[in-house]
Amino acid sequence: MTAAISVRNLRKVYPGTPDVVALADASIDIQDNEFFTLLGPSGCGKTTLLRMIAGFEHPTSGTLTMHGEDLSDLPPYKRPVNTVFQSYALFPHMTVAQNIGFGLEMLGKPKAEIKQTVDEMMELVKMTEMADRQTGQISGGQQQRVALARALAPRPRVLLLDEPLSALDFKLRKDMQLELKRLQMETGITFIFVTHDQEEALTMSDRIAVMSAGTIRQIGGPRDIYDHPAERFVADFIGDTNFVPAEVATHKGTDADVTLSSGKVVTARMPEGEQMQGKVTLAVRPEHANISTEAEGLLPGTLSEVVYFGTDTHYHVALDDGTGFVVRRQNRPDETSGFSTGDRIGVQFAPGVGQVLRD
Amino acid sequence: MAKRFDIQRMPGFKTIAAVTFVLLYMPIFLLVIYSFNAGTSIAIWEGFSWRWYVSAWDNQQVQDATVRSLIIAFWASAISTTLAVLAALATTRTPKFKGQSAVFAMINQPLMVPEIVTAVALLIFFAMIKVATGYTGLLYLIIAHTAFCIPFAYLPIRARLTGMDLALEQAAADLYAPPFRVFTRITLPQLWPGILAGAMLAFVISLDDVVITEFVKSAGQDTLPTYMLGQLRRVVTPEVNAISTVLLGISVTMVVAFTALSKLKT
Repeated sequence: MTAAISVRNLRKVYPGTPDVVALADASIDIQDNEFFTLLGPSGCGKTTLLRMIAGFEHPTSGTLTMHGEDLSDLPPYKRPVNTVFQSYALFPHMTVAQNIGFGLEMLGKPKAEIKQTVDEMMELVKMTEMADRQTGQISGGQQQRVALARALAPRPRVLLLDEPLSALDFKLRKDMQLELKRLQMETGITFIFVTHDQEEALTMSDRIAVMSAGTIRQIGGPRDIYDHPAERFVADFIGDTNFVPAEVATHKGTDADVTLSSGKVVTARMPEGEQMQGKVTLAVRPEHANISTEAEGLLPGTLSEVVYFGTDTHYHVALDDGTGFVVRRQNRPDETSGFSTGDRIGVQFAPGVGQVLRD
Repeated sequence: MAKRFDIQRMPGFKTIAAVTFVLLYMPIFLLVIYSFNAGTSIAIWEGFSWRWYVSAWDNQQVQDATVRSLIIAFWASAISTTLAVLAALATTRTPKFKGQSAVFAMINQPLMVPEIVTAVALLIFFAMIKVATGYTGLLYLIIAHTAFCIPFAYLPIRARLTGMDLALEQAAADLYAPPFRVFTRITLPQLWPGILAGAMLAFVISLDDVVITEFVKSAGQDTLPTYMLGQLRRVVTPEVNAISTVLLGISVTMVVAFTALSKLKT
């Protein structure tokens, strides 16, 4: 099966800044009908990669194919991909309907077909009543929908979305996350979504590529990325994490027995294909750990602070090895942990929860 | 509480402002007033009359000069604006290239080179062509005016282009519009206010020119300003005031329109 988009060793160095590698030899296969997210902080190369797929930037080296066809030398107007821009980039001198119909008009579709598709698209994004408005007369959320409809109208094989939700307020952003996922499922179009917001990435994506400093750090489903981060950057960037020093005792495949600073041994997960030996770092999510008595726990320490958050409580533990650890427990009205600040306690987590990190 | 610094409270502020405005506008005010003088003097008031406007209107030389001025200004502004649009596109819609600031300086050269130098250079250059071809028509003046009008047309158009969101043109390309259609469907509709503003500015600048015109024109090719200059050398009558007042009216109207257009949002 050929991938919808196949990126091979794609590299970009901007002529103005020859010392900075905007994208370093990235390789990804994005499947048909997939909601694929490029996630990373600003300057990580995610937008550069998206703009190369759209055709606005030329790769310095590497190849880019779509369903096996080489895209490298095609100008943007010949690529069967459409983009939703961060600024929406709606044409200010055209109405909502003219904006949505622009792509079809440029493709030379007959007037009747354009009108029908535009009507369908306006229905799809619930903008039918706004057809004859100027784009300056509609709200930010509505502009967002028009930008989406405009990019979907020519039925591209791949839709590129460049941080389209970042300008919306919190409530609207939540609604649009679900809306985008629904549109992607209904249209069956491959979505490539760029964001720096981990929550957006986790809630919408089929797969996520986590990027930093021009490099793809890890590719996987939301659960893979969250539960089994392969390296320190990924564990740190997505969600909250405790970093626990450990030493590999024995390992077989992805299972590794590691010795903790307390001398106790627990089974942890090794990233696929890794053979790490000696001192390593484990990642343990705060909500994957628990607090217990000192004797039962894997890591002994003193409860230094208890912070109540409503839905959950954070227990800050000063471990005897000098590091800190945070445990998050969901609150229930009929249940308390039974520990208070200053108590000697133990931190507990199940076998397979700790993730060995690549540095 | 510290007092906010206010330049209006500085000693002498009001006096300087008043003197400046009087020096700037008093002569123009007097010029307009005396254009309605019933007498033949430009300094002694003898009552209100339209006679100098009528006299200018009936003057064959004034008529010819006016028509000539308008023809030159029309062609010079049309050609210079077209060239300015192309120059502005080339300097804002291409990747940064070596010598870009040199190109910018060259386009704006007429603003920096003393006008008299350009005038003499054109006089000599055109004289050579006149000798070689025998052609002595208006084309020389149109070419000369076009050349010095380019920067005036270029600057507002360029300002408009740099203020435009580049993502709009990219969005159009993304939606299957080839480069020329991106220009006609997206760039041009938004550029119109800049183009009109540039053309108007060029028109006014051309209409007003004395130095280069005086050097380049052949015999019998007076424009309105050079005709007036010629009149001043002989007998000065309020007819010159009347023509100036009309020119002032045209310029003010166009500058007001220019300002309104530059502020216009798409």
